Amino acid sequence: MTTETKTPLVSVRDLNVKFVSREATVNAVNDVSLTVQHGEVLCIIGESGSGKSVSMRALMRLLPERRAVISGKLAVDGQDVLALKGKELAAFRGGEAAMIFQEPMTALDPVYTVGHQIAETVRRHTGCSFEEGLARALELLELVKVPSAKRRLNAFPHELSGGLRQRAMIALALSCRPKLLLADEPTTALDATVQIQVLILMRKLQQELGMGMIFVTHDLGVAAEIADRVAVMYAGRIVETGTVQEVLTDPKHPYTKGMLSSTVHGNMRGQDIEAIPGSPPDLRALPTGCSFGPRCAFADSHCLEQLPPEVMLGNDRLARCFKVDAAPAAADAGSVPA
Amino acid sequence: MDMTETKSALSSVSADDARDRGGKAQPMLIARGLQKHFPITGGILNRTVARIRAVDGVSFTVMKGETLGVVGESGCGKSTLARLLMHLIPPDSGELIFDGEAVAAKDGLEVRDMRRLMQMVFQDSYSSLNPRMPVEDSIAYGQIVHGASNEAAKQAARALMEKVGLDPNLFGPRYPHELSGGQKQRINIARALVLEPRVVILDEAVSALDKSVEAQVLNLLRYLKDVFNLTYVFISHDLNVVQYVSDRVLVMYLGEVVEIGPVDKIYANPKHPYTAALLASRLSMNPDDRVNEPPLIGDPPNPINPPSGCRFRTRCEFAEKICEIETPALPQDVGPMGHACACHMFVAKSGHSKSIMHAAEDVTPSSPAESPS
Ligand SMILES: Nc1ncnc2c1ncn2[C@@H]1O[C@H](COP(=O)(O)OP(=O)(O)OP(=O)(O)O)[C@@H](O)[C@H]1O
Ligand SMILES: Nc1ncnc2c1ncn2[C@@H]1O[C@H](COP(=O)(O)OP(=O)(O)OP(=O)(O)O)[C@@H](O)[C@H]1O
Ligand code: SF4
Ligand SMILES: [Mg+2]
Ligand SMILES: [Mg+2]
Repeated sequence: MTTETKTPLVSVRDLNVKFVSREATVNAVNDVSLTVQHGEVLCIIGESGSGKSVSMRALMRLLPERRAVISGKLAVDGQDVLALKGKELAAFRGGEAAMIFQEPMTALDPVYTVGHQIAETVRRHTGCSFEEGLARALELLELVKVPSAKRRLNAFPHELSGGLRQRAMIALALSCRPKLLLADEPTTALDATVQIQVLILMRKLQQELGMGMIFVTHDLGVAAEIADRVAVMYAGRIVETGTVQEVLTDPKHPYTKGMLSSTVHGNMRGQDIEAIPGSPPDLRALPTGCSFGPRCAFADSHCLEQLPPEVMLGNDRLARCFKVDAAPAAADAGSVPA
Repeated sequence: MDMTETKSALSSVSADDARDRGGKAQPMLIARGLQKHFPITGGILNRTVARIRAVDGVSFTVMKGETLGVVGESGCGKSTLARLLMHLIPPDSGELIFDGEAVAAKDGLEVRDMRRLMQMVFQDSYSSLNPRMPVEDSIAYGQIVHGASNEAAKQAARALMEKVGLDPNLFGPRYPHELSGGQKQRINIARALVLEPRVVILDEAVSALDKSVEAQVLNLLRYLKDVFNLTYVFISHDLNVVQYVSDRVLVMYLGEVVEIGPVDKIYANPKHPYTAALLASRLSMNPDDRVNEPPLIGDPPNPINPPSGCRFRTRCEFAEKICEIETPALPQDVGPMGHACACHMFVAKSGHSKSIMHAAEDVTPSSPAESPS
């Protein structure tokens, strides 16, 4: 990449994650590299099984150590994440980096009140008293706009509505002022009118707190709403990156183009949708060539035989495809033969 | 001229269906005052302590050959409504008329016969297929139960697999776990069509699919509708998908219909504040076109103790005293293709300060296409 003086908040280089069992090896994440600057929001977009959650879990060291074989370099704020052990790892998780999930009950403990959980987390990470932790919990619930926050401190997670539970989980994640927030589809299960509230809230908090964020979603609309930059994943690989404007309004990779054209919107009524044929490959037996090759309208024999390289299309903008042209041809670089 | 647009989507529907009993103008389905409350029991005596008003007095019409979209947030009663239409659960009250015949009434259409004519496809394609049966047998099963020979049923199943875009030689002998989500949903659709239904109720049928696969299945549904002269009730929380597939749209909130009308009118000119907020919550795919203020605050309230009067009033920016006191009714006199909404602002002299204005507005532009013929 370019000569950067500042260390990025997140630097992932050649991350590979394989799940090995007696029957098969699942190549869940393959040669993923990505960078997130301080205060930046990167959205990872991809369909089910493309490796989004596994990548996030690798960054948090949440994968089952025995089954998941991880290689590559993972650094958060200059710290080598794969080298963290014991206490350091505990301080890192929920300290420098925090994660929120689609299902808040994976992060919240059903037997403790929301206030108790946040206070306890704050106490553990900062060594303050439980009372001080509780005060911080109240501050946090107010920050994430939980109405009647004081009363809600004493609520158990199941007593809250879906939207409030999601806010409580965000409050918990923010409790130790993380520099990096990993958000794995936190709004997917929410209703439209609640999802937009949470998205706007998260964007606002991210800006006010100056956090970096990696936000995983399969919804292009969510990415358009919240991302600064976007990375598109397909079959465990990043196939395209760029600013959110670049990727969503001028996609270069045939898969990204296909995703955009197959996303339904109203004015398509009465006509067929341009769907991508077929379905994603089996991660136990990836094709030798481009993993999108079997579904790609532009594929030739070359594509099916060899892995396409990462083609640099500009600063921090790349596509993994034989059919896009590298940067110098600027203007219509990468315009795939139509 | 939005009505003509709506019609063109149906152009290849054959006008004469031999199975038509009531004639072309007879609605396929009429629901009147459907109600389903689920009791919540508790205490040592297991007495009913509360009731979930899942579907609470729902009336609407589905015309022949149309797609009626049903939208609304989680828990508003969409699936319960679907199950009531199928008579999978008995309604507490209300009636259902299928092509002119009352369902489950004396001298009416028996539930068993109605269920052949109306089929359902669910979101959860995994649990609805028998895991120990090759998928072609799963499709054939329906016909065998209804007396077809094994051979004939298998033939029909294989023909249908072709129609849903799966090679019967390749996929027929497979078991559900050997198929992708999209392929399983195609099998479910084939299975729903094997008894040659007239109506298919699709309850979040594409919601669990990835966008690229969802697009394939939506194209398939469009094609099948034309080929088999089907009528769809399409339930989804995805407002973009509903706009794409529907001729008319029904909007539910906490067990009630708050608005119904032609898709173009609802999307271009929503009347009910809830519909407007729901539509304004849609995310744009253009990052330069972000939503910066949430259209609504808070979550939908609990259907156990819905607010008095208008159920939306606790989240509505236009709520006034009258909204708390009186329940706004959904006008039933707009005709099957009309645009109706249950809000005091749209009822003349309702006591809402905006009532006259809106009511007047409503009279002027109402399209001439609404009056039949
Ligand atoms: N613990 C595990 N053991 C074996 N395979 C796993 C494990 N966790 C994930 N996988 C596999 O790794 C692949 C990538 O999964 P991942 O959860 O990252 O997908 P995703 O992009 O998050 O998809 P979704 O949108 O459905 O959440 C999948 O094929 C999945 O089955
Ligand atoms: N068998 C049942 N017993 C008790 N309550 C039920 C039952 N089925 C549904 N409900 C309740 O009735 C209400 C309506 O549920 P329903 O499943 O119809 O909603 P929905 O609109 O389909 O929601 P979603 O979008 O989440 O599928 C909910 O509050 C639900 O919890
Ligand atoms: S490398 Fe070839 S097959 Fe792969 S996406 Fe590009 S054009 Fe298609
Ligand atoms: Mg995931
Ligand atoms: Mg439902």
